[in-house]
Amino acid sequence: MRLPWRPLSGADWAAVCVLSGGSALALLSLLPEGSPLHVPQFAVGLAGKYLAYAILAVAVDLVWGFAGILTLGHAAFFALGGYAMGMYLMREIGTRGVYGNPNLPDFMVFLSWDHLPWYWYGFSHLPFALLMALLAPGALAGCFGWLAFRSRVSGVYLSIITQALTYALMLAFFRNDMGFGGNNGLTDFKDVAGANLHQPGTRAALLALTALALAFCLLASRAILGSRFGALLVAVRDAESRTRFIGYRPEHIKLLVWVYSALIAGVGGAFYVIQVGIINPGEFAPGNSIEAVIWVAVGGRGTLWGPVLGALLVNLGKTLFTGLLPELWLYALGLLFILTTLFLPRGVAGLWRAAKPAGAAEVTPEMTSADHEAVP
Amino acid sequence: MGKEGRCSFLKKRTKKLLFLRSRAVARVSDRRRGALLFFKKEVLALLFLLFISPCHAEDPALAGLRAPDYDSVAATVTDLAAHRHPRARAIITALRDGTLYAPDEGPGLYILGPAGTTDAATGAPVSGLDPDSLSKVQQNNRVRIAVAGALALLDLSAPDAATRREAAEAMVAHPDSGLLPALTTALAQETDPPAHAAMVLARAAALLSSGASGQSQQAQLDAVAALRGEGNQQARAILLGIPNPPPAVRDAARSAIAAIDLQLRLWSVGQGVFYGASLGSVLLIAALGLAITFGVMGVINMAHGELMMIGAYVTWLVQGATTAAWPGQAGLGLALSVPAAFLACGALGIAIERGLIRFLYGRPLETLLATWGLSLVLQQAVRSLFGPTNVSVITPAFMSGAVKLGGIEITLNRLVIIVFAAVVMLALTALLRLTPLGLQMRAVTQNRRMAALMGIRTPRVDALTFGLGSGVAGLAGVAISQIDNVSPNLGQGYIIDSFMVVVFGGVGNLWGTLAGALSLGIANKILEPLAGAVLAKIIVLVLIILFIQRRPRGLFPLRGRAVES
Amino acid sequence: MSNDTPMISRRGFGQLSLAAAAAAAAVTPALAAEKGEPIKIGILHSLSGTMAISETTLKDVMLMLIAEQNKKGGVLGRPLEAVVVDPASNWPLFAEKARELLSVDKVAAVFGCWTSVSRKSVLPVFEELNGILFYPVQYEGQECSRNVFYTGAAPNQQAIPAVDYLLSADGGSATRFVLAGTDYVYPRTTNQILQAYLGTKGIKPADIMVNYTPFGQSDWQGIVSQIKAFGSAGKKTAVVSTVNGDANVPFYKELGNQGIKSTDIPVMAFSVGEEELAGIDTKPLVGQLAAWNYFESIKTPANKAFIKQWHAFTKKPKRTTNDPMEAHYIGFNMWVQAVQKAGTIDHDTVIDTLIGIKQPNLTGGVATMLPNHHITKPVYIGEIQDNGQFNVVWKTPDLVPGKAWSPYVAETRNLIGDWRKPIDCGNYDTVAKRCVGTKHG
Repeated sequence: MRLPWRPLSGADWAAVCVLSGGSALALLSLLPEGSPLHVPQFAVGLAGKYLAYAILAVAVDLVWGFAGILTLGHAAFFALGGYAMGMYLMREIGTRGVYGNPNLPDFMVFLSWDHLPWYWYGFSHLPFALLMALLAPGALAGCFGWLAFRSRVSGVYLSIITQALTYALMLAFFRNDMGFGGNNGLTDFKDVAGANLHQPGTRAALLALTALALAFCLLASRAILGSRFGALLVAVRDAESRTRFIGYRPEHIKLLVWVYSALIAGVGGAFYVIQVGIINPGEFAPGNSIEAVIWVAVGGRGTLWGPVLGALLVNLGKTLFTGLLPELWLYALGLLFILTTLFLPRGVAGLWRAAKPAGAAEVTPEMTSADHEAVP
Repeated sequence: MGKEGRCSFLKKRTKKLLFLRSRAVARVSDRRRGALLFFKKEVLALLFLLFISPCHAEDPALAGLRAPDYDSVAATVTDLAAHRHPRARAIITALRDGTLYAPDEGPGLYILGPAGTTDAATGAPVSGLDPDSLSKVQQNNRVRIAVAGALALLDLSAPDAATRREAAEAMVAHPDSGLLPALTTALAQETDPPAHAAMVLARAAALLSSGASGQSQQAQLDAVAALRGEGNQQARAILLGIPNPPPAVRDAARSAIAAIDLQLRLWSVGQGVFYGASLGSVLLIAALGLAITFGVMGVINMAHGELMMIGAYVTWLVQGATTAAWPGQAGLGLALSVPAAFLACGALGIAIERGLIRFLYGRPLETLLATWGLSLVLQQAVRSLFGPTNVSVITPAFMSGAVKLGGIEITLNRLVIIVFAAVVMLALTALLRLTPLGLQMRAVTQNRRMAALMGIRTPRVDALTFGLGSGVAGLAGVAISQIDNVSPNLGQGYIIDSFMVVVFGGVGNLWGTLAGALSLGIANKILEPLAGAVLAKIIVLVLIILFIQRRPRGLFPLRGRAVES
Repeated sequence: MSNDTPMISRRGFGQLSLAAAAAAAAVTPALAAEKGEPIKIGILHSLSGTMAISETTLKDVMLMLIAEQNKKGGVLGRPLEAVVVDPASNWPLFAEKARELLSVDKVAAVFGCWTSVSRKSVLPVFEELNGILFYPVQYEGQECSRNVFYTGAAPNQQAIPAVDYLLSADGGSATRFVLAGTDYVYPRTTNQILQAYLGTKGIKPADIMVNYTPFGQSDWQGIVSQIKAFGSAGKKTAVVSTVNGDANVPFYKELGNQGIKSTDIPVMAFSVGEEELAGIDTKPLVGQLAAWNYFESIKTPANKAFIKQWHAFTKKPKRTTNDPMEAHYIGFNMWVQAVQKAGTIDHDTVIDTLIGIKQPNLTGGVATMLPNHHITKPVYIGEIQDNGQFNVVWKTPDLVPGKAWSPYVAETRNLIGDWRKPIDCGNYDTVAKRCVGTKHG
């Protein structure tokens, strides 16, 4: 029997919370400074950053939690999206750079480049940049995934070559000859679509937009996972060989979710860069990808709301502890990883479920059977 | 003028003259020899005055060493050797070794040797000097070149043939036309063939250096031929630098350079292979431990790099302790740190396995996360304990420098690491193949349940296997402490490369790891001169990614039922 | 590490709740401090990650300077309080932490950053929130912000004198140069300036080899042998190294092993100080060169006292001092003087007052804060000794005023920075007589 409506799922609730929370913060930040409910600008920037990270966490969870592919290179897609947005923001500076050069970004001027490289063309237009923020990660994920899934690279091997991918990109973007600003990356942005980035109004709007994007990702993913495709995805995760024998092509299913996830990560990166104000090759560092996986693990993989919660919690903790315990916070972070994997294999979401009465539909976020047998 | 006044006047005058003279010597050309003669005469006259005057006379030949400018010091050193000053060798050696001191005020030079203080000019022991009133005679690179040249000149007539040869070789490095007469004389008397050959080269180099004007064309052509025969970079440099050569000499030099270049290019292939093998051996030793924990056990140990880092710190601690007990025995410390690092990291590995990893068997991807967390903790722990800065691990003398093998330069520390990696590799293979523990390890890897049914205590074997892998990581730390910095960040630089090697070579196969390490090392070193260091690394990574697509289980995949899923 | 000094109150749990509240958006941060309350000084140096190796020392020296100042009664009758945060060698985190220091902790001044990218990352934050940053490390120049005081060397205070020395007779009259660097903006810009400068000295482009390596390069075999081959062209060759941080140790080890002696091919380094040498056995490196504005081995009473104080503070009698530490010493004392002169910690007033403040260097001479927010510095060339210290073999006769913009780069030839009225601009074109681009600040 098909109901005309369905009950709200965790993802729906998460979308509602994110959207209302984000907009509320954004609105409150616009109150005058003396008001008791005023939210400082600092918090708005932080919240925007956390939400952008949450988008990345959702992307990681889609492939890890639902398709069983442990990615150690998703920060690459995130950073590519970020670079696309950063390039737009650089062009938007126009003649307001240090050298007042209308044609070249500052870093090219002082390294004596005489013309704009071809791949920077078009980035003066926001729609083009937004398109590239999707296309660049999508295309990379498409190529990489097509090669990898077709030849049935899986499990640990796949994790390690995703790591190689992001590492190679990091080295490449570090090169000044690439024309992406080298180690310094892109920074000193002035405004976006004509609105000054340093204005509280712009910040609030960006925060609200990020919340909207995250909510949209959650709902879209919820819809996809609730469809037949979502069922197939879980089938591939839990029994890839059986799915293949039934007649499906697991590599196509994996490729689709992989590219979709990269697109989401790219969106996250774009929103991240606007609000953080800098993008540089450090974002490609393998450690960043692993951290994103940790957010998902802490929040609880295999649910859509878990990663959002995990990203917010871990990053809030990081902000607090790098200020409060500058010498000890790495212990805290390291122990968090260890304790989560040891005692909370399903993350915070697992705790929630354990508290709930049994009977809720459970997915088993375990390894694919192939990996299970390969390693004792 | 009183006695004091006269003394000081004489001294000042002598000093001034010496200074002017040293300037002149430094820029001497034949035309100015006359002027020098005048200086010499006046110096002699003043010397005479000094000797007859009743004030303490200082050997004027040495005064230049106290001059504030390095020009005079260098010129004085050259003079001392050229005029065979009786104390030349002692004084110049002391200057080189930093034991030559001058008082802050007044004349005199002293050598502060281990046996006590002596007067540099006479060699007589001196006592009652306040060490705080002395300061070291400083050198700069210019003085160092002069010192090397002066010692070579003195050694050219040494009784030992090897010393004479070394002296001649040193003269090739810094050719000086002023040495020509001395070389010609020495060459005429030389009977030892290697020393003779070296002197021929040194003479050729001096003959072609700037300042050696008026040489016959034939002499120059002979020199070019001699250098062409030598065929190394030094010879090439001299040939390229001939000042205003006549056409015939220029042509001969050109063809000699072309010949040398060809020879060097051929040798550079061999040199590239050595560099590749040496990088490969570093990758190998870094990856071997991982090949056991990851390849054999299936545990993704992201803290592997940190175990290497701890191995390097153990080396530092052990070396510190041994050099404190037996000063100067850096090699002993290094040798002792091999078992120490193995045991320390092995024990730590067993603790990690018992405390953390055994709860995560069957969930390899979660092990990855947990060990990543562990790596952060270990890094920060070392940072808190030993500080964030580099610590200094001393390279023992037998591992410093290089030996020449034809045109290939083999750096000794790299050679030792190649040998060390090979030994560790062989020992591991033997352990896995020949010992009961190895048999048990392989059994548990291949079929855990059956192994358990056969009575093997699988938890114990797991712990020991992980301990073994960690111990080997510690050994890698010992090796890496010799070529890289020892800091809390050490491990991070190697972890990704190690994983690449293991995956590329084929998981679960030590020989695959060896092949992977060597091919990655050599590929890197072939690409590096062509594409630059950064691009080479990127290209290698992309090649690995593509290779894994072709062969998802690496170069040498394990075959058998266990891996087919 | 010695963070347990009792006189420095670390950020208490008041701020814990404050920061948490700020992040959770509930409470407005406290308004301006009252009289007698501590003045907060932000310390923005990485204590973990790749840069911890260099930056932790600077955090320690700041704690020492603040403790010393508190013993003297603080500033304006108020004690100083250090607010230490860890940006963890993560550049976006630098920007976030800078914002936290300025808007949550309301610090009076920030001492921090090491790498160029961290400075670039925090720069927009300081300009937006009108903060004060003291940046203590030698850098590539081409920047002049109203909110930053550059107490490290600009290229004309390190690179140009160093190359002059190599060109001189004492430096070996080099006529062929290898410019080896890590691939990031400081070496790139410095090498670009040096190439232009060497061109004016008659060095042909064919006699200059430029080589870039990635961060943390550990295998130098190939590059060192390339340098050796380049040096075998019959001309005196010298290496100018802008290789950064950690990569220096394996680089120097390889130089030693391949037998490159300072008498054959001298290597002049801009990023190798006492701290880096502490990790190497320096015997094979004796005679290799470094250019800095401070060396630990310079024997002046002020420097001796500073080193003694440092050893007492860290309780480690062998801990080295280095150039960026002196830069913080100068910067901190200048800030104290400016605040005392202005009688307030108001940022605008202090920024204006700082120009013209004089502070004696540890090694002699007096540093003056110039209108372009750079300072005057002596330049020393030191040779590495076998004990890990440097012996000064040359120094500039006078103090060199720092230039923000290089006259050797076409685009910046006519630019100057002058933050006094009437120019009041960091990038003022002296030919067009106008402020180029957006006025910083």
